[in-house]
Amino acid sequence: MHDHQAGGFGVELLFLIPAAAAVAAYWAGTLSARSRQWPLHRAVLFTFGTAAVLAAVLDPLATRSHEDFAALGIAHLLAGMLGPLMLVLSRPISLALRTLDVVPARRLSGVLRSRPLRVLTFPVTAAVLNIGGMVLMFRTGLFTAMQESAPVHWLVTFHLVAAGYLYTAVLVGRDPMPHRAGFRLRAAVLILSAAAHNILAKTLYADPPPGVLPADGQAGALVLYYGGGVVEIVIIFLLCRQWYSSTRPRSTYAYA
Amino acid sequence: MSTPTRAPVRSRRRNVLSGVLVGIGIAAFVDEVVFHQLLQWHHFYDKSTTAVGLFSDGLFHAFGWFAVVAGLFLFADLRRRAILIPSRWAGAVLLGTGAFQLYDGTVQHKLMELHQIRYNVPLLPYDLLWNLSAAAMILAGAALLYRTRHAKPDGDRAGA
Repeated sequence: MHDHQAGGFGVELLFLIPAAAAVAAYWAGTLSARSRQWPLHRAVLFTFGTAAVLAAVLDPLATRSHEDFAALGIAHLLAGMLGPLMLVLSRPISLALRTLDVVPARRLSGVLRSRPLRVLTFPVTAAVLNIGGMVLMFRTGLFTAMQESAPVHWLVTFHLVAAGYLYTAVLVGRDPMPHRAGFRLRAAVLILSAAAHNILAKTLYADPPPGVLPADGQAGALVLYYGGGVVEIVIIFLLCRQWYSSTRPRSTYAYA
Repeated sequence: MSTPTRAPVRSRRRNVLSGVLVGIGIAAFVDEVVFHQLLQWHHFYDKSTTAVGLFSDGLFHAFGWFAVVAGLFLFADLRRRAILIPSRWAGAVLLGTGAFQLYDGTVQHKLMELHQIRYNVPLLPYDLLWNLSAAAMILAGAALLYRTRHAKPDGDRAGA
């Protein structure tokens, strides 16, 4: 097990630099004249989303999640589900397109339209990257490697954040996304991936990863099952609300 | 006054869809909250299960939550369009709840033996009560749907 200097400055604190830069850039965009009254609550969401992701790799949670499976469950929820959801809801790409200069903004929209991104933003791809990452993390040697090596832990966390963001953005994001899939495909992928999540959490309850005591495994599985369930219900709500506003009847008569 | 655009929405069918989804969601929710969490008669994983049982349970749990949220948004849409038929919607809720409960009571409890209603007690009275109340809800729901098969929405001003 690697050393987290308790109470000292771990090397993880370096993650504060890109995180602070991203938050500062977002707030600068929000407050600039070009943003045309960008809602402040989105900047707050971005800030809390970044903080949630950071909390998963900084102490005290980072150290505890090596010893305590329930703490790992909480870190997993923050980095893989709650943080990405808040970041997606803050619509960073829309803000960037609105506030960047013409050339970088064009480049960004070129990236959005590129073939690799089209493949990545297909709902099935995003769900496989997300759920597949979780299965690998809990069900292969990756779990032990992650406990023993901090860089592996960071890489896994990075995948967790990136795949969580992609998954959430594909299902309920409002940022521009060329070739966004229709409601039915997104609903089906959401139900199936939520089911996979339930099943994985339940098998962890009965059969914890190597080195995790049964009682610990059960506590962690409960965190993943119910905590993940809450975030999934929020995503279901957001997806259905999009359907609700997209089918608004055009006639005002119906409201009378 | 202009004619409302209502052509693409089949109101009677959509009342049923909304009600059935909410009904399934209610059944899944009651099972989870009352039996798993409050009474703790059985748990989300009873260990004596098969992989198929675990798969179906996970899928139904996810679908149950989706059903209740989607069903309520559909309900809001019915209200927004003034095409809600309350008795037809209620019949569909009964049908959805009863059908889910009967599925749970027969397939999950008996065929897959995923979990039982509770343990260390004679099961027959519980099973009978569970499945007969499910059958009663299905019958009542079907009767309501039959009676409202030609019903027009209360707010259907163009329906004359």
